[in-house]
Amino acid sequence: MTLLKKTGYFLGIPLLLLAAWTVYTSTATNFFIPEPAKLMDRFFKIWFSERFVSDVLPSLSRLLAGLGLSIVIGIAVGAVIGYVRWIRWLFEPLFEFIRAIPSTILIPVLLLLIGINDSMKITLIVFSCVWPILLNTVAGVTSIDEVLQNTAKVIGLTKFDRMRYLVLPAASPQIMAGIRQSLAVALILMVVSEMFASTDGIGHWTINFQNRVAIAEMWSGILLLGIIGVTLSVVFQWFQKRILAWYEGLKEKEND
Amino acid sequence: MTRAQKPVRLKVDQVQKIYQTGAGTEFEAVRSLTFDLHDGEFACLVGPSGSGKTTLLKCIAGLMRTTSGEVVLDGQSVNGPAKGMAVVFQEYGRSLFPWMTVEANVDLPLKTSGVPKMERAERVRDALESVGLDKAGAKYPWQLSGGMQQRVAIARAVASQPSVLLMDEPFAAVDAQTRADLEDLVRRIWRKHNMTILFVTHDIDESVYLAERVLVLSSSPTVIQNDIEIDLPQERDQLVTRSAARFAELRAEVYERVQFAKTNIHAVVEPARFTEAHA
Repeated sequence: MTLLKKTGYFLGIPLLLLAAWTVYTSTATNFFIPEPAKLMDRFFKIWFSERFVSDVLPSLSRLLAGLGLSIVIGIAVGAVIGYVRWIRWLFEPLFEFIRAIPSTILIPVLLLLIGINDSMKITLIVFSCVWPILLNTVAGVTSIDEVLQNTAKVIGLTKFDRMRYLVLPAASPQIMAGIRQSLAVALILMVVSEMFASTDGIGHWTINFQNRVAIAEMWSGILLLGIIGVTLSVVFQWFQKRILAWYEGLKEKEND
Repeated sequence: MTRAQKPVRLKVDQVQKIYQTGAGTEFEAVRSLTFDLHDGEFACLVGPSGSGKTTLLKCIAGLMRTTSGEVVLDGQSVNGPAKGMAVVFQEYGRSLFPWMTVEANVDLPLKTSGVPKMERAERVRDALESVGLDKAGAKYPWQLSGGMQQRVAIARAVASQPSVLLMDEPFAAVDAQTRADLEDLVRRIWRKHNMTILFVTHDIDESVYLAERVLVLSSSPTVIQNDIEIDLPQERDQLVTRSAARFAELRAEVYERVQFAKTNIHAVVEPARFTEAHA
């Protein structure tokens, strides 16, 4: 496919929608839908001024801290649970229960226990994001091929080396799938925590603008969140391509 | 120096394996297995299917506990995977780490057992050269053909310089032409590195072509039914050796013993001359 064709496919529908939106707002006057030009104007004025430091960066750092902690905890705990059978049997029912609780309902509890601060928001993000990663890690670790395991044994790998050279790489495709799921969850929980209990952040201001009937401003928050979500996903895919290059190659070969 | 004068590398002493098959029932896979493998020996274990070949190999490799009896490697009792034992599995596609390059796969046992870096590079290069893959080091295993993957597994075993190399039907899953090449390769490596090899196979021709000694297993519960010396010349060739009269004789002998093993369960003691037993 030529580059031109690719760009066409990529931008076709968005450009069409943008055109329809421009035409609509120039003919009809719906108070709740701002013109694209106005929205873009507000978007840059609001988020790329002092708010970038006072609100966007705090939101992003909470998001990344929550994600980072979830990844570390999810992989570490998941690997141990997947690796040691009796620990798995002991904890799996509990995990299934905790996982079934909608995390947003924990906001009141966390507010009481931790208070209105960054720790509370990060805790909330971790509480939801850790599960896809943890459970995928467990699944990946428990489904390692028997011949590979025997190979690791006869090679004489120690427990630590086996973790490093066999278990984690073998589980990495599933771990990455778990992380991918948790990206979307993290963004949702970041916004929700800011809408409920915050004095700064993208979520806080988006709901604040809505309360003050600042419609274009409200939309600009939504646009920013969308952009953050897409960026997160693009960065993740870049990493995944590098980490799982062997896996993609292997799968391609098997499908030949 | 004759075989018996060389030091014993591997001693399999009255090894028995009984599986618990649930509900209090038991299955005796291996009854009492005894044999010695001397330094530099190349022995093949052949037996009918279901003769507990894989069970036995797992017991020797330390991947499975024996019910009774003992496996001794270089004077040390084997309780779990032992240093000094390398194993080449049948499933080449699943015994190499697909996230590592060929070189990294061969290097892994050396790296994790603390061999100095300079020596490691040398040994990895040497081992890959021995199997004719010195140019494929940077590739991933899945980029190679089945036969080449098995050669990587052999190189990994060679690089670790084991006292005993165990091979569990390593060529059962490759095509005939590749198989012939790999057989010659193993013979070459055995001589070049002066290795001690125990090779499990169900293929009678292969066992005679490869080994200096063929151990015929009985049906399950398994014992060693025969211990046959293969007195073919050291220099072997797929065409010349396989068409030699002596090869045909040995092949026929092993074949008859395996047939006997199939039909005579619990044949612990075999009559002195097998042919007479049928008369």
